[in-house]
Amino acid sequence: MLELDRLSKTYATGDTALSQVSFEVPAGQVVGLIGPSGAGKSTLIRCINRLVEPSGGKVILSGTNLVTLRGNALRRARRRIGMIFQEYALVERLTVMENVLSGRLGYVPAWRSFLRRYSPEDVAKAFSLLEQVGLSDHFNKRADALSGGQRQRVGIARALEQDPELLLVDEPTASLDPKTSRQIMRLIGSACRKRNLPAIINIHDVLLAQQFTDRIIGLKAGEVVFDGKPEALTDQVLTRIYGDEDWTRMRGEENAGEESQPPTVDLAEGL
Amino acid sequence: MTSTSAPVWHYRTPKQTLLRWLGWFSLVALTVFSWQLMNENTIWAFVSDAPEQAADIGDRMFPPAWGYTGQLWQPLWDTINIATLGTLLGVLFAVPVAFLAASNTTPSTRFVRPLALLVIVASRSINSLIWALLLVAIIGPGLLAGIIAIGLRSIGFVAKLLYEAIEEIDTSQVEAVRATGASGAQVIDYAIVPQILPAFWGISVFRWDINIRESTILGLVGAGGLGIQLNASLATLAWNQVAMIFVVILFTVVVSEWVSAKVRQAVI
Amino acid sequence: MAVQSYPGRWKRPPVLLTNPFWRRAIYTGALVYLVLALQSVEIDWQRVWLGLDRGWKFIEGFLVPDFTTRWRDIREGLVESLTMTLTSTVAGILVSVPIGIGAARNLAPAPIYLVCRSIITLSRSFQEVIIAILLVAMFGFGPFAGFLTLSFATIGFLSKLLAEDIEECDRSQIEAIRATGAGWWQVVNYAVQPQVMPRLVGLSLYRLDINFRESAVIGIVGAGGIGATLNTAIDRYEYDSAGAILIIIIAIVLVVEYSSSWIRRWVQ
Ligand SMILES: Nc1ncnc2c1ncn2[C@@H]1O[C@H](COP(=O)(O)OP(=O)(O)OP(=O)(O)O)[C@@H](O)[C@H]1O
Ligand SMILES: [Mg+2]
Repeated sequence: MLELDRLSKTYATGDTALSQVSFEVPAGQVVGLIGPSGAGKSTLIRCINRLVEPSGGKVILSGTNLVTLRGNALRRARRRIGMIFQEYALVERLTVMENVLSGRLGYVPAWRSFLRRYSPEDVAKAFSLLEQVGLSDHFNKRADALSGGQRQRVGIARALEQDPELLLVDEPTASLDPKTSRQIMRLIGSACRKRNLPAIINIHDVLLAQQFTDRIIGLKAGEVVFDGKPEALTDQVLTRIYGDEDWTRMRGEENAGEESQPPTVDLAEGL
Repeated sequence: MTSTSAPVWHYRTPKQTLLRWLGWFSLVALTVFSWQLMNENTIWAFVSDAPEQAADIGDRMFPPAWGYTGQLWQPLWDTINIATLGTLLGVLFAVPVAFLAASNTTPSTRFVRPLALLVIVASRSINSLIWALLLVAIIGPGLLAGIIAIGLRSIGFVAKLLYEAIEEIDTSQVEAVRATGASGAQVIDYAIVPQILPAFWGISVFRWDINIRESTILGLVGAGGLGIQLNASLATLAWNQVAMIFVVILFTVVVSEWVSAKVRQAVI
Repeated sequence: MAVQSYPGRWKRPPVLLTNPFWRRAIYTGALVYLVLALQSVEIDWQRVWLGLDRGWKFIEGFLVPDFTTRWRDIREGLVESLTMTLTSTVAGILVSVPIGIGAARNLAPAPIYLVCRSIITLSRSFQEVIIAILLVAMFGFGPFAGFLTLSFATIGFLSKLLAEDIEECDRSQIEAIRATGAGWWQVVNYAVQPQVMPRLVGLSLYRLDINFRESAVIGIVGAGGIGATLNTAIDRYEYDSAGAILIIIIAIVLVVEYSSSWIRRWVQ
């Protein structure tokens, strides 16, 4: 369970990206974080695992406040939080396997990771995750030889290899086609449900967010302006978050055939 | 009609034109002034004599002393060793210096980075022949002085190019590895090293290629290799031996260039 | 999902040398070479031990440099070095531009291309010091020989890079100008020059830097400049004067580097 308490961030440039953001995410809940560009979504996610230093407030994960941690303690906290990036952020010149195994870096001593000597459990787990995301055949390929959708799957496997207690996802589908986007969202959603993982997913596509998350938080100019069920995301709410726009037209293009509850079994669907 | 893409100078304001002319004028004036200052003591009789001298030297160079080759194998082997071991030594020290100098990996921008940059500048400013000159005076003539001289000069070169490569890496990959809870050493190992490895090999081999050339002359000041032979032949005015040494140098340089091009191709 | 067992072992596949035989052969070869090379270095530990004392003196000289005692010599050498650097860079640029254009495959006809390429190869194969030795023998001692040496070396460096730059020029721009009915000179002036000018400026400034550093070296073989002064200082074991000269060289290199990055920004 994750709790944010009056989390604030003001960058050195003077931009206030977050002001006094508070909410809780119980175990197993997948939260969609929406908001216009520059609202502070990425900042919020990065403040949680301290890639960005918050300027005030608390981040409490299973009882420990992450904001005050330093050095090794911070390292141990980070390994409990899996992160999935927009542009995949794989280490391009390493193999797929090394990228997935890098999820264990917070657990193993430096010399072991240097020699690529991981325990059999870690390796077996990596193989099993690669199979779950449908990449069993590619483990010895270099990451830059994969397509965008495949790379994002490796990114997911890397995050899950960490045995996380929380998943942070920053625009996982921003550079993917609509079908692959859905597969990736479904993959993340089912992985969370299977492990009872809480997750925060930054996403620009409101329809995807409504379809694949349990709860939606709307952020605008660093403040929470909406927090509720996906169904409660009405046109007025969207206007409050994003400003005026013809929202009905957008919904009109929605594919009516899609189910709102994603299936949980078919992990590597559509490969 | 020839209406080509309008050249920039059509848009220059009069002030810019004036500044440009002023710049060019001062460059020319400075060059002429330097020329005169430089040639104050030049004895033009020697200069006008040069074609005859050149013809004379050319005459004595041919044919090269082919039989002399037998005495050149050992110095050639030494030359190659100086270049290779010196490059290894230089690279060994250049890597930590580069990490200390790169603004995204340095432990402190206030103290450590300027120090590392100073090491780089000092090493780069001073030619390996000067390093050799100093080292021969300090630790005596021989291969060791040559190797250290090459090493000292290589530190700056390799470290400079390497730290520029480190500063250009993709930061999102670094962030992603850091987000897994990796320690500083692990971030370097998993996120930075893979990104700079091709640059590292390219730079090292490039420097090795340069070092082969440099080590051919270190012997002039007593630091071993072909230069010792060159010095001896010059002292006795044995120009046909000098010509033979030039042939060997040319051959070595061509081969080393080929090797370094091949390795760079393979690595990248 | 059925319980399935996954392999618990994984080894990173080799990246470069995938053939195990060649991998082993190359590793062994490298190891054998390293052992042989290290064995060829004979170290006279006693001499090194004695040298440590002198090394310390040198460091002292570097920390407490003496600018005054030999100031006249230093000034003279410095003036020679600086004037040599400037004039040779200017002369080198003037000659390299036509040679560089001639060595660009997309502009020059085959015979001219071959001639220019061989000039470049000749200039690049030999170390500046070797060229200086020859030119000193022909033109006599002094900065004039140094000027010629550095100009010659500049030609090899600048023409090669300029030619490569021209060959990488945007083809469509050249074709567009040609399509207007422009002659060869107009093509060079309108399509090529704007594209390569900024880099030519950058390379020239970089060569200026190199020429200064080289000018400190060729004095050792009699081609004038601060190198001769430095050589004398080291020969006489005057490490404090030598330290002063080295500090001056480093400082000038720093100044050149900073001002050239400033000029480059101004030009672009
Ligand atoms: N490194 C930084 N330094 C200074 N200001 C920053 C930095 N990163 C973000 N900001 C500012 O913080 C605010 C929030 O940025 P953030 O990246 O969190 O927005 P976002 O909601 O993720 O936008 P997007 O949807 O475009 O990704 C913006 O005003 C931005 O300019
Ligand atoms: Mg963002």
